[in-house]
Amino acid sequence: MRRLMLLALGLLLSAILPLRAEESDADRAARWDLVKQAVFGARPIGDGTGMVALDAPARAMDAALVPIDVTVSGTRKVKTIYIIVDGNPSPMAGAFHFGPAAVPHELKTRVRVEQYTLMHVVAETDDGQLYATSRFVKAAGGCSAPSEADSASELQQIGRMKLRLARPPVLGQPVTAELLIRHPNNNGMQMNQVTRNYIPARYIQTVSVSYDTTKVFDFDADISLSKDPEITFTFLPAQPGDLNVMVKDSDKAVFRKTFNLQKSFETPSQG
Amino acid sequence: MIARRPLLLFCCAAPLACAGARAGFAAEPFMLTEVAPGVHFRRGVDLDASARDDDAIANIGCIIGADAVAVIDPGGSAVDGARLRTAIRALTDKPIRYVILSHVHPDHVFGAGAFLADQPVFVGHARLPAALAARGEFYRKGLADLLGAAAAGPVVVPSLLVTERQTIDLGGRVLEITAHEPAHTDCDLTLFDRQSGTLCATDLLFVGRIPALDGSLRGWLRQLPLLQAQAAARVVPGHGPVSQPWPDAAADELRYLNTLARETRAVIARGGDIEEAIRSVGLGERGRWRLFDDYHARNVTEAYKELEWE
Repeated sequence: MRRLMLLALGLLLSAILPLRAEESDADRAARWDLVKQAVFGARPIGDGTGMVALDAPARAMDAALVPIDVTVSGTRKVKTIYIIVDGNPSPMAGAFHFGPAAVPHELKTRVRVEQYTLMHVVAETDDGQLYATSRFVKAAGGCSAPSEADSASELQQIGRMKLRLARPPVLGQPVTAELLIRHPNNNGMQMNQVTRNYIPARYIQTVSVSYDTTKVFDFDADISLSKDPEITFTFLPAQPGDLNVMVKDSDKAVFRKTFNLQKSFETPSQG
Repeated sequence: MIARRPLLLFCCAAPLACAGARAGFAAEPFMLTEVAPGVHFRRGVDLDASARDDDAIANIGCIIGADAVAVIDPGGSAVDGARLRTAIRALTDKPIRYVILSHVHPDHVFGAGAFLADQPVFVGHARLPAALAARGEFYRKGLADLLGAAAAGPVVVPSLLVTERQTIDLGGRVLEITAHEPAHTDCDLTLFDRQSGTLCATDLLFVGRIPALDGSLRGWLRQLPLLQAQAAARVVPGHGPVSQPWPDAAADELRYLNTLARETRAVIARGGDIEEAIRSVGLGERGRWRLFDDYHARNVTEAYKELEWE
């Protein structure tokens, strides 16, 4: 419901605040006010400077694949990270809800950007306070650009997953992992130019990651995620175990994958 | 236009396109060069599509047989195609029986509308109709914004589809057409004229202008050596000087693509992300290619997206 509401809001905003590369700072602030009202209601949002940082290319090479990098610093415990692309048809790109096995210091993912826009990252601390930081990104057309590859082979691969660890994991130390998921993540805005029909939306709605039975994060995603989504996250392995991933999409398809990390661990070197 | 999503480039060029005041002249006078007897090509300019060049940026031309003419890429816009047709008609009255659409990119196919009255067979890769379905109208709108709708031209869908190999006969002059696996795009055709030994590599070969990756880097690196194994008296690249020695003309492109693959894999292997790849991969190639800064970072992005799944 909230998803639909946000989509409707986005379309409404696009109508009220038409796409202009030279949108003023005031226009952008007005847009953010509307978006944050819709997402967070009247809750106060503090300045996240020094607590949460957002990195993204100032000018993206590919508007359908804009890499973003969120870093959390300081001592406040963050339970949720919201990623918001203000100018997108559905501004909420996703929310990461961290579990006990997460080390929420850094997150990376890739999003589509439809027009020059502010992006916001909002961190919610465990006591329910909200802190935001923003960045301006120059990219356009990432949501409505036609998809490139031939969709038959794409659908054969749907749900395939891959995990890469930055380095061999060590027990009791944070491990950074990159998860790749094959999925067209069609957002319903791309048209088959011959039939004149829009390609039906089919996109990932949740990505749940746990280490053995302990939650790392649940990610509520939306149509702004790039095709073949990527998530880089950090978790803390207390014992040799398995990283379990479950992905659900808007067609009610469920994809599961277990990455057996039992044998990947190095014992900490002695002296 | 060679980019996967030309929007970016159209945006760059947009200030040049003022409605109703299209410049209406090509940057260079239209000139066909006879690279071999009966094989005529126009060298495209090494620019991006704009109202100043009418998207006349690809190498386009024709091969004339005893009975008929084959057009090998009709051009980047209806006006580019019309100029090609006029130039062909100055050479021969023989019917234009085939128009080859070498791949989906607008700089090669939007001239097709200028040949509709000839009722030729439009020839394309078996995957071209799907690619045109996905992108044709998107490209057409972008081109129409630059040039005006009439000058841009319509999307023309091929009627003769090539899945592997196909020959066409222009009257004792046989052209071999090869459909490739995804490489430059997912719908590339190349042609070989047996009579003159001319290989038309289309956009599997860029000379001087930076290659644009919009299909599969691994596929392109597999296809290029296979093409190089084909003996040919000369090659006509999709971009660059229209007659080149073969297989030597592919050396620079092969080096570029291999560098792109090797250095991108190295970034992925050490856990680097796309941004790091863009900052570091292939910088030794800068200065060796025209339009490097316009296309290279996109190529790295494409390469990374493909190779991270290896």
